[in-house]
Amino acid sequence: MIELSGVRKSFGSVEVLKGITASVEKSEVVCIIGPSGSGKSTILRCINGLESYDAGDILVEGARVDSHAPSIVAIRTQVSMVFQRFNLFPHRTAVENVVEGPIYVKNEPRTSALERGRALLAQVGLAEKADAYPAQLSGGQQQRVAIARALAMQPKAILFDEPTSALDPELVGDVLGVMRKLADDGMTMVVVTHEMAFARDVADRVLFIDGGVIVEQGAAKSVLDQPQHARTQDFLRRVLHPL
Amino acid sequence: MQNFLRDAAEFMPILLQGVWLTILVTIGSLILSTILGLLWALMRVSGLRALSGLSASLINVIRGIPIIVLLFYLYFVMPDFGIALTALQAAILGLGIAYSAYQAENFRAGIEAIDQGQVEAAQAIGMGWWLTMRRVVLPQAVRIVLPPYGNIMIMLLKDSSQASTITVAELALQGKLIASSTFKNTNVFTLVALMYLTMSIPLILLVRHFEKRANRR
Repeated sequence: MIELSGVRKSFGSVEVLKGITASVEKSEVVCIIGPSGSGKSTILRCINGLESYDAGDILVEGARVDSHAPSIVAIRTQVSMVFQRFNLFPHRTAVENVVEGPIYVKNEPRTSALERGRALLAQVGLAEKADAYPAQLSGGQQQRVAIARALAMQPKAILFDEPTSALDPELVGDVLGVMRKLADDGMTMVVVTHEMAFARDVADRVLFIDGGVIVEQGAAKSVLDQPQHARTQDFLRRVLHPL
Repeated sequence: MQNFLRDAAEFMPILLQGVWLTILVTIGSLILSTILGLLWALMRVSGLRALSGLSASLINVIRGIPIIVLLFYLYFVMPDFGIALTALQAAILGLGIAYSAYQAENFRAGIEAIDQGQVEAAQAIGMGWWLTMRRVVLPQAVRIVLPPYGNIMIMLLKDSSQASTITVAELALQGKLIASSTFKNTNVFTLVALMYLTMSIPLILLVRHFEKRANRR
């Protein structure tokens, strides 16, 4: 349902994506791993048009992503995003954050949206925090609200941009647990992550990106356990055995 | 002192008429400058080069002209082009335009202080530019903008005295008229100063309140 072919992107004179070709099927969980600065996040941001790309094509359910065209709004309502730094709206409560898109973008009636919003918060284990402001929540709780906010758009896919990188280690598990449940329920997910255990257990496929190209890709277990490429081997050794 | 109190009692009714006009000019131009300033600021951050360029030039032109010249222009020059304004209208319009430049720069600073991640989160749920502004950016920018906004109110209150130059009989002009007909310069202008101060104090307290609130988060 998401297809990238020959996607290139430069920031000034630095080319960060040098021809990315990949696809994500419905209900598939794809993890993107790689060193920082390799272009992982840029791929995600191009898929929902937060970033424009210079060459190639990105199709979401057959519709071409163009960050400057009005059609981008329709694509964004189908492909939600969860950010590394949560980016909750600090002036609104948890449930208001969740229903903001449904009410103001999709014009859903307030009462039904709120009902659904509270149910979504319950689904991520935060039923009792619905009326709390983001500042009153821990990082892990904020990220789960952000996931509920993404779900509230009833998206066909969710993009996760290093969703646990800004969390204290003991809070990572709660967020990954929610994500695993989503994967089990058949949500299409593209996850940029450094959590190799999550990638191995939950992902169907893993893409290893370095220097703006896909160096290696395949079934999660085979890429992570028997990497073929020297750069992949080197990266995994550093991540898995930092000492 | 007794002398002063007696004069105060005598001149107060006339001066209060001036106070009324001072308040009218201040509130009128505050509303106008807020609307125009918000418009300039939104044009400036629109991301459209033509609009932001136009806004930047407008702000620079407005900033570069003294308020008193702007007032003269509106009151004495515009009739030559068939647009005759009353002194009060010209004062409100002139001060409103003059202050819109400062309002715009304040609003722009507030808008640009909002984390880019907020804008991206809004876009990611499909919000367009205006919805992002209205629901996400502006409500957060208000907090940042309010303390300087309070200061602008105080400056505007004092600068409303410039309306006296185009015959608006506000507080400063009433004072000057009384002083020149009674020669009681000291008492009259002390009284005028005290009355401006009295009007400023609530605004100063308001600014302090805004600052405390802004610092809380």
